[in-house]
Amino acid sequence: MESEHAAAAPGPGTPAAPGPGAAPGSGPASRGAAAGQLLRRSARWETGLVVVVIAIVVFGASTSSEFLTGSNFFNIGLGSGEIAIMALPMTLIIISGEIDLSVASTMGMSSALLGVLWSTGWPMLAIFAVLLLLGAAAGLLNGLLVTRVGLPSLAVTIGTLALFRGIALIIIGSNTVSDFPAAYTNMGVEPIPHTQLSYSAGIFIVLAIIFGVALHGTPFGRSIFAMGANQDAALFAGIRVKRIKTLLFVISGVVCAMAGALLTFRLDTAVQNNGLGLELDVVAIALLAGVSIFGGKGSIIGVVLAVLAFAGLQNALLLTNFNQEATGIVIGGLLLASVFVPNVMSFSARARESLGRRSRATAAVSRSGP
Amino acid sequence: MSTTVAERRDSSPPPPDAGSRRLTERVFRVRESGILAVLLVFVAATTAIQPRFLDTQNIQFVLINTTVFALLALGETMVVVSRNVDLSIGSVLGLSAFLSARLFSQVHGIPIPVVFAVGLAIGLVCGVANGLMVSLGRVPSLVVTLATLYIIRGIDILIVGGNEVVAQSLPASFANIPQDTVLGVPYLAIVIAVIVAIGAYYLRSFRSGRELYAIGSNPDAARLAGIPVGKRIFTAFAVSGALAGLAGVLWAAQYQTIDSTAGTGYELLVVSAVVVGGVAIFGGSGTAIGAAIGALLLSTIQSALNVLGIAPFWDQAIAGFLLLLAITLDRAISLRLLAALRLRSSRRGI
Repeated sequence: MESEHAAAAPGPGTPAAPGPGAAPGSGPASRGAAAGQLLRRSARWETGLVVVVIAIVVFGASTSSEFLTGSNFFNIGLGSGEIAIMALPMTLIIISGEIDLSVASTMGMSSALLGVLWSTGWPMLAIFAVLLLLGAAAGLLNGLLVTRVGLPSLAVTIGTLALFRGIALIIIGSNTVSDFPAAYTNMGVEPIPHTQLSYSAGIFIVLAIIFGVALHGTPFGRSIFAMGANQDAALFAGIRVKRIKTLLFVISGVVCAMAGALLTFRLDTAVQNNGLGLELDVVAIALLAGVSIFGGKGSIIGVVLAVLAFAGLQNALLLTNFNQEATGIVIGGLLLASVFVPNVMSFSARARESLGRRSRATAAVSRSGP
Repeated sequence: MSTTVAERRDSSPPPPDAGSRRLTERVFRVRESGILAVLLVFVAATTAIQPRFLDTQNIQFVLINTTVFALLALGETMVVVSRNVDLSIGSVLGLSAFLSARLFSQVHGIPIPVVFAVGLAIGLVCGVANGLMVSLGRVPSLVVTLATLYIIRGIDILIVGGNEVVAQSLPASFANIPQDTVLGVPYLAIVIAVIVAIGAYYLRSFRSGRELYAIGSNPDAARLAGIPVGKRIFTAFAVSGALAGLAGVLWAAQYQTIDSTAGTGYELLVVSAVVVGGVAIFGGSGTAIGAAIGALLLSTIQSALNVLGIAPFWDQAIAGFLLLLAITLDRAISLRLLAALRLRSSRRGI
């Protein structure tokens, strides 16, 4: 029990120390080698995903002649657009060392409010403004509880998962609103003119570019990686960890509120359980994308590929008349593979290294944690 | 829940050594007493407004509703204390509920204990799979159990298809399990209270139980101290799975109509109950009794809203709010504890 406070002190996402084995005597040269290895490994991850996506396309095309048609491409984008959109801020949050399980509830809350405000005659533009504010407020609550109160994001967002879904229930009760104007609900049946993209897929592409540039091309993005890799070091390097994490949660809230509106229009229905349970799909996509659950690792390219794999696989299984509800088996299998494959790779790397330095072999193997 | 209270009293004499330990133990008792106090205040307030709340029938209803949750919470506590999490329990419950209840129509006259054993075994298999992957594969349990959540639910859906087990196919003696009472107390609640008490005693007083806390406090230190970390974590997952399997059979007896959605979303409810009950989400502290009280509190709230005629829409918002309140208070208490311990050790000149 005495060591309880020692465990409580470092933040929730504190990554495992880089392992005592690597530390002694490692100069800048070996650090550079480590960075190179990291780069190679993440590059390999995305290559692996490309292979998976190609395999899924081949599988889909060989089992159904409908798979490679334009209208099916539209269906794929339509079916997974909102989940894909929510996976983008989730990726940033997980890279920063936190998690947001409240995404689907924020979505549901936004959907419920949209329905109620519309049925009481609000103009649509005003409703959009309110929804974005709602999303920002939801994200701010998560962010402040995590950064200012210092609570683990896993627990906080399980709490707000229930809270936000509860608020959705309070807002809309057991009612169903479904008389949205055709101009909006057409999003659910028609692609963007002159393309085969659903509106949600189009928004995902735009957002993916914005998030990709922000994450990989700006100091803001670098600081997200830094705080995920080592929160204390990031703090000492002058990165405003708390402010950035709060901002990430706010962004997540806003994006999820937007996804809620998209889902509502696609289904032409606002009910309290819109988006129920989608948080796990969103997390699954992020993990499949190679984002480390401990923070500090991941890429937007990976997320785009993971979305393609996720959406393509679900669609292919649907076309093969596989029980659609049971596609979770395959998604879960992919998820397991995504954690075991890199583990096997690092295990074999460790084994090779220890063979090289036979004198230190036993120490290296016994020390190297996951 | 009378057994739980008695067990708590048993645990009160503080060990004679180190003052700091007495202090920590007192604070941990504060956590549980805190949640117990919330429960009592809640019951008192509800009863003041609507005396019907303390009707025998309603109390029985709440206790029965708690049994499934308390079992799941016990397993989840063991896992969470070791700084892991088991998200697959809802799916395990669903699979076990369907397969065990279907036995009644497949094998005529099958004895009820055999059905319970089958449910337990199904859960155990799932738990062993989780445990092997987490401990041998050394991969984060959040990811593994998220994956098995999908996989086990998928298997469930493939097996169940569009079918369901209907109440008519269950023998009366099975369907009556939740209704049977001893001196007005549902005897199922007593059995579950005893199981929770055993679990709590194991975590509190057995070496391997204590080692789970050590692992949760600092996995590296635990490994260096010679604790078989992998083995302990494996056991925690196996037990959690087995209890979820058992809970599945109880779920079947309680709801009697079982399709492929049974237990969907329970994992987060149970984690909520466990955290509300004072178990730290990042391991190292908390008790099984606290988790059981957390489960009791959540089902009491549901019932209270129902009795007060408040639309059930408020359940979830209140449960979520309470969870946030609980972890915020917990944080405040542990910060104060940390400060007090520092002060104490500086006074002693350590």
